Amino acid sequence: MTLKIIKHGLSTSIQDLGRPGYFHLGIPMSGAMDRFALRTANMLVGNDEGAACLEAVFLGPEIEFEQDTCIAVTGGEMPIKIDGIVQETWSSFKVKKGQILSFGFLLKGARIYIAFAGGIDTPLDLGSRSTYPIGALGGINGRAIIAGDTIPLGDQSRAKSGLSIPPELRRLPNKPADLRVLPGLYWHRITEQTQDQFFMDDWKVAPEADRMGVRFKGGTEFNFVDREPPFGAGSDPSNIVDGCYSYGSIQVPAGKEPIILHRDAVSGGGYFTIGAVISADMDYIGQLQPHTPVKFIKVNMEQALEARKERQDMLTKIRTVLDE
Amino acid sequence: MKTRYSFGGDEHVYVEIDEEMSLDAFFKSMAMSNAVRDAKIDGITEICPANASFQVKFNPDIIAPDDIMNKVKSLEAAANMAEKKMTTRIVEIPVFYQDPWTHETQMRFRERHQDPTGTDLDYAAKINGFKNAEEFIEAHHSQPWFVSMVGFVSGLPFLFQLVEREKQLQVPKYLSPRTDTPKLTVGHGGCFACIYSVRGAGGYQMFGITPMPIYDPEAKVKYLQDFMVFFKPGDIVKWKPINQAEYDQITAEIEDGSYVPKIVEVNFDLDAWNKDKVATNAKLMEALHDA
Repeated sequence: MTLKIIKHGLSTSIQDLGRPGYFHLGIPMSGAMDRFALRTANMLVGNDEGAACLEAVFLGPEIEFEQDTCIAVTGGEMPIKIDGIVQETWSSFKVKKGQILSFGFLLKGARIYIAFAGGIDTPLDLGSRSTYPIGALGGINGRAIIAGDTIPLGDQSRAKSGLSIPPELRRLPNKPADLRVLPGLYWHRITEQTQDQFFMDDWKVAPEADRMGVRFKGGTEFNFVDREPPFGAGSDPSNIVDGCYSYGSIQVPAGKEPIILHRDAVSGGGYFTIGAVISADMDYIGQLQPHTPVKFIKVNMEQALEARKERQDMLTKIRTVLDE
Repeated sequence: MKTRYSFGGDEHVYVEIDEEMSLDAFFKSMAMSNAVRDAKIDGITEICPANASFQVKFNPDIIAPDDIMNKVKSLEAAANMAEKKMTTRIVEIPVFYQDPWTHETQMRFRERHQDPTGTDLDYAAKINGFKNAEEFIEAHHSQPWFVSMVGFVSGLPFLFQLVEREKQLQVPKYLSPRTDTPKLTVGHGGCFACIYSVRGAGGYQMFGITPMPIYDPEAKVKYLQDFMVFFKPGDIVKWKPINQAEYDQITAEIEDGSYVPKIVEVNFDLDAWNKDKVATNAKLMEALHDA
């Protein structure tokens, strides 16, 4: 069972739910930026929720099937075509040997997830197939896919097709996107006025957005609380003695443009952070296009956990619907 | 030292042992993060020690944030009492200072540097009060370093020199980060040295390069076949200056699998070191002579 890559799009990589457990060595979890979309794509074709899929950003790949199989595409809105004929998104369907999968232009969101029955069956690195190119782990020889690659698929015996996620359970961020933030970490380093201003400002996603982090611009420059630079930190007020970074943490080098670290995060560094985006909203970040207006919303831990629960309930609902 | 606790979103506890870098802060951070590991608390998924802080990642579906926070806090008193001793290893890392590859990269990114007229080593020597680059290099490799953190990217070690604060070599990072750094560059930023485990972006000053790979996901390097990452926090490093011929020789030996890094088990006692730094360091480095 294999797929032949005719065109690889802009950046298409193999991702699953990642390889947690090695962040203390500078190896991030990686995995789908939109984990909800990856899980649902897998459910639609009968896979384990964490099976490896293709994650494509902004531009879809072109793929020839070398065997019959079933597929589903979720995440951002991008027309799917089989031999040029448009198919349903967020739904699973059968494809035949020799048919070609291609995509129209992106309409909404940023990343699509293509699940294949049996899952992508490339070798595991530290327990995961997720591509982490900086460390040359996962994927195809540690890199994203390129035209000419042949990708193996796993066992087809549990393949499902003809399933669909009800429209109200499909998920994409609204415009402007709201990202909920729990203040903390080095929040005390900025003045009260900057603390308030950060949540009042209209931010925009900058073009520098990848799997490691997403940068934002358009807000007010930060004011710091005065201090003597601590030994080893560096002289800029935004410097700290190099420490660990949380996934979703927001660093603001030189107090100018916030950067939210995502699935391929660097594990640490010398910039202060003002808190982190809550776990429930991390998937949304993977669907932000450059120039999207963004508002940061201040929440407390209780609200963060409530939002997390809501997200989990949505997945539970989907599991129930698909099992019926 | 004043410990500060914070949540990093709903999945991380962040513990800053001290704002400043010191070996005392590093030892306490390591003692506490070890205590968290030994406590085998359900719901913890990652424990990441850093220079003067550490972070715990947890699953809030398994353990409530306040519960994990209280458990971590409850381990601080014991960490304060912990013996500041450890059995570790000293490793000799060959360094080709002023090599042609980092020199070429320095010249390519010269406009991002504080002093575009010289080299990174000239600049480091000047601002640390040395006569020239050679004197700076001497200070860099004559006393050992402590791996106080592994991270940023794949297996990259941060190192803190085992000398009193007045003798710490301090150099700011590039004004604006480079988009390229040769693999295995020996770099420096703030008071920390590092070895770039992979090629990529970087803001640290570049002093030289080691022929000794420290990250190998393909398991081709013989001494990295058990695990792809070489360093762990607590390792002690002694730089050994080498020339181009020695660099080429080691590179060839790594390729044919005959290179064996010089590693010796040693004991490190922070109180003894604080009492007599020179003698403690001399003893550490002697261990390498006998290897």
